[in-house]
Amino acid sequence: MTAIDTTRPGSDAANKDGPSRLTAHGVHAWFGNHHVLADVNLDMTPLEVTALIGPSGCGKSTFLRLLNRMHELVPSATLAGHIELDEVDIYRGDLSATEVRRRIGMVFQKPNPFPAMSIAQNVLAGAKLGGIKLADRDATVERALTRAGLWNEVKNRLSMNGGALSGGQQQRLCIARALAIQPEVLLMDEPCSALDPTSTRRVEETIGEICSEVTVVIVTHNMQQAFRVSQQCAFFLATEGEPGHIVESGPTEKMFSEPDDQRTLDYVNGRFG
Amino acid sequence: MAGTGSKLIDFEVRRPRQDVIFRATARVAGAMTLALMAVIFVALLVRSYRALHLVGIGKFLTTQQWVPEAGKFGVGSLLFNTVMIGVVALVIAVPVSLCAALLISEYSPPAVSSALKTLVELLAAMPSVVFGYWGLEYLTPRIRPLSQWLANHLAFLPIFKVTSSSFAGSTFIAGIVVALMVSPVLTAVAQEVFFQAPSGQREAALALGGTKWGMIRKVVLPFGRGGIVGGTMLAFGRAVGETVAVVVVISATATRQVHILQSGANSISAWIAETWGESNPIGISALMAAGLTLFLLTLIVNAAASVIVNRTAKAGGPSL
Repeated sequence: MTAIDTTRPGSDAANKDGPSRLTAHGVHAWFGNHHVLADVNLDMTPLEVTALIGPSGCGKSTFLRLLNRMHELVPSATLAGHIELDEVDIYRGDLSATEVRRRIGMVFQKPNPFPAMSIAQNVLAGAKLGGIKLADRDATVERALTRAGLWNEVKNRLSMNGGALSGGQQQRLCIARALAIQPEVLLMDEPCSALDPTSTRRVEETIGEICSEVTVVIVTHNMQQAFRVSQQCAFFLATEGEPGHIVESGPTEKMFSEPDDQRTLDYVNGRFG
Repeated sequence: MAGTGSKLIDFEVRRPRQDVIFRATARVAGAMTLALMAVIFVALLVRSYRALHLVGIGKFLTTQQWVPEAGKFGVGSLLFNTVMIGVVALVIAVPVSLCAALLISEYSPPAVSSALKTLVELLAAMPSVVFGYWGLEYLTPRIRPLSQWLANHLAFLPIFKVTSSSFAGSTFIAGIVVALMVSPVLTAVAQEVFFQAPSGQREAALALGGTKWGMIRKVVLPFGRGGIVGGTMLAFGRAVGETVAVVVVISATATRQVHILQSGANSISAWIAETWGESNPIGISALMAAGLTLFLLTLIVNAAASVIVNRTAKAGGPSL
């Protein structure tokens, strides 16, 4: 049992040292014999949002799922290389997959709240699943929903079913659920692709607010979104018959204005993909 | 509707011929199933009329004796004993089947999972007389120590009390045999709904740091609840109707048996099979009335099952 002190005054930070750094060194991934990702090196820095961009099938979602060991849930999936959370290898260290996933949370493309649970129960689901004792449940619920920008909309109906919310609200509930166990990193896999523009804006605001407390890595197909929410950006590309790889990565501003590679410029300007 | 130009198109006449034929066939087949049910119901009703008229429905449902010659008969004890066998069967079959279903749907690699599925289906196809003689010849002598142990340690509960030292042919043994017979159905239904648990929610639970068992508890089991309840009631319907295996394994008694470990048990269908040959016309009519009671009990249980399954399907649960 891990006890999380939710009553610590004036701080919502996951750990005392602030958000963690996630680093990938020479990462490869396969599904069976199919080599989908080759030699990926990327530094995902704390206090910044890293956006993973690239056309469909370039391996960016696979890469994201490598970062919290969701990749290995696919029966034929294999990988090589190192992924480190604050310099501890998440695959080779003493960390279990459940511990890695508790510290590196994930928000999915399609909102997936637990439909049989209330809003409050959804937020607390992670703690319950992980056997984590919470000092103050109500405070945890309020804090997580506030951080996800949903508190004001649902504070009077916390016992309502999570599945009854609108799509955008469900997605923010999923963000609150992920934040409630105070992860050090939050991975987001196209979190707005199923949402309307207003909800998208709310989620983007949320990302802007939480990145001071948790390292955010987001996969997005939307160039404007990548530009709006991220400070760092990595461009993935898979050419015919070749595994996906990173063409270029760096500060978002540079990637969108004067990238080193012509293909990056073409992609961010919508000339392909 | 203004003007003659906007006349409604009649879709009915534009339906392709194949559709019309298929619809007609499906309707006839469906109607025949319902008609068959109705015929059975009416036949039972007509043939049980004499007995029911003689004692009255209320008396028939409560009388515990079965002496048609004396005009004293009813399903009071038979119905109770039938339900007891069904309950014992479910108490054993439900946990076993749920574990088997989870093994198939969650813990086995695909190849093993489909092999296990086939095995379960094979078990369902086994003739009930085989179960019956297995229960009589193999199980009865070997289960005795367990019956004895339960009787020794749980006698403070009336159902585990025994008043004689004979444990053969008890409700408990009949219940075990019937449990084996309904487990395949229950396992198949449960496993089917577990497979349908949405992958998005499964991943959500795992991504929150949940263990596999945690994911099963929070996602798979809640999702499958309607299916489990529905499957359980279907299994109950089968359990109370099971005849041959029960006839073979029990020591028939016409009295109410509240002690499940003790020798002497019965069910309506077993009683019909056992006493049919030696019954006079009023006895036959009485047996028909007993059959009608069983028919209605199964009908109610199955209807309740489908209501529950439908309700959870509407609430986002699985459909069967």
